[in-house]
Amino acid sequence: MDDEITLRVTRYRPDKDDEPAWQDYDVPLRTEWTVLDALNHVKDDVDTTLAFRWSCRMGICGSCGMNVDGEPRLTCATFLSDYAPGPVRVEPLGNFPVARDLVVDIDDFMRKLPQVKPWIIREEEQSVDDGEYLQTPEELDAYKQFSMCINCMLCYAACPVYGLDPDFVGPAAIALAERYDLDSRDQGARERLDVLIEHEGVYGCTFVGECTRVCPKHVDPAGAIQRYKLKTAQQSVKAFLLPRALRR
Amino acid sequence: MTDAGDQQTRLDERGGYRRPVPVLWWIRKPTYFLFVMRELSSIFVAWLVLYLLLFVRAVGRGEAAYQEFLDWAASPWLVVLNLVAFAFVLLHTITWFALTPQAMVVDLRGRRLPPAAIIGAQYAGLAVVSAFVLWLVTR
Repeated sequence: MDDEITLRVTRYRPDKDDEPAWQDYDVPLRTEWTVLDALNHVKDDVDTTLAFRWSCRMGICGSCGMNVDGEPRLTCATFLSDYAPGPVRVEPLGNFPVARDLVVDIDDFMRKLPQVKPWIIREEEQSVDDGEYLQTPEELDAYKQFSMCINCMLCYAACPVYGLDPDFVGPAAIALAERYDLDSRDQGARERLDVLIEHEGVYGCTFVGECTRVCPKHVDPAGAIQRYKLKTAQQSVKAFLLPRALRR
Repeated sequence: MTDAGDQQTRLDERGGYRRPVPVLWWIRKPTYFLFVMRELSSIFVAWLVLYLLLFVRAVGRGEAAYQEFLDWAASPWLVVLNLVAFAFVLLHTITWFALTPQAMVVDLRGRRLPPAAIIGAQYAGLAVVSAFVLWLVTR
């Protein structure tokens, strides 16, 4: 194996550059090094001006997402040796505006997330004296998969619908809405429906399925969205066919 | 280099650079390509529905119209079109069946039905309907 590999990194300095451009860095190719390790090596020893986000290095904080060879990946979980002999292209996450170098502007996602109310909503909050809301293992299993989301936004970078229509609520937000809808303690499905039934909600999705393929936590946002569509369609049919007393 | 006016449109209020989506974004990844082909297949599904309706109308109009339809259907360009349409319908069916378990969660006595069972049931359903149609037209 060669002892070096070329990182081809997107540089964009808004005060100097009109548009992003490539810059190459030769870094040591070590079997235990991830793309994030290589970027940190560049930052520490080669070029301190390179900007990128990272934190935990263990796939749980969700901040080091970038496009590696065109695929949205957590760079802390992507090994350099898998791209030998290189070069490895490292770009900012797709579909988001680039703020600087490998850092993207995530304001849009931060604005959309609270719109779907991803928290437990109760019609009437029971008092602390009444104890906790109990849940069986089966009730936990119903939503557990969707609760694994770490908000890394790889799904947004992979979604061509979001790329073409930035108003689309997007995979992670809808998966989180489904996570709370499926929670036995929650009673807020109706409130979330008002947001998700809009054109930019679940029906913006055309089931490309790429969000599910890139998700590092196996959340399956595409599945969540289609289940949501099926659920709303069933409710519409029920509302049309059944007398009021039998509806749920 | 981009000029100042163009540059303004690429920058949002925070100064982030919005990368343009290339027109041919869908040929960059096999999965994107397959998705666009599946979307495109709906046109051919619509064509085959229309073709079937024309066929039924010809049958309803009697022997001469039926014979005329058969002659028309045998023209080379139509045979080619229908072969292409058939390929797209196959693609549509296979991908649709494969995606169903993601959208449909079937609980059977507290257990989630495995995806293979849902896909298998759809093929079984298709086989039954096909056999019925075959019996209907050949009896």
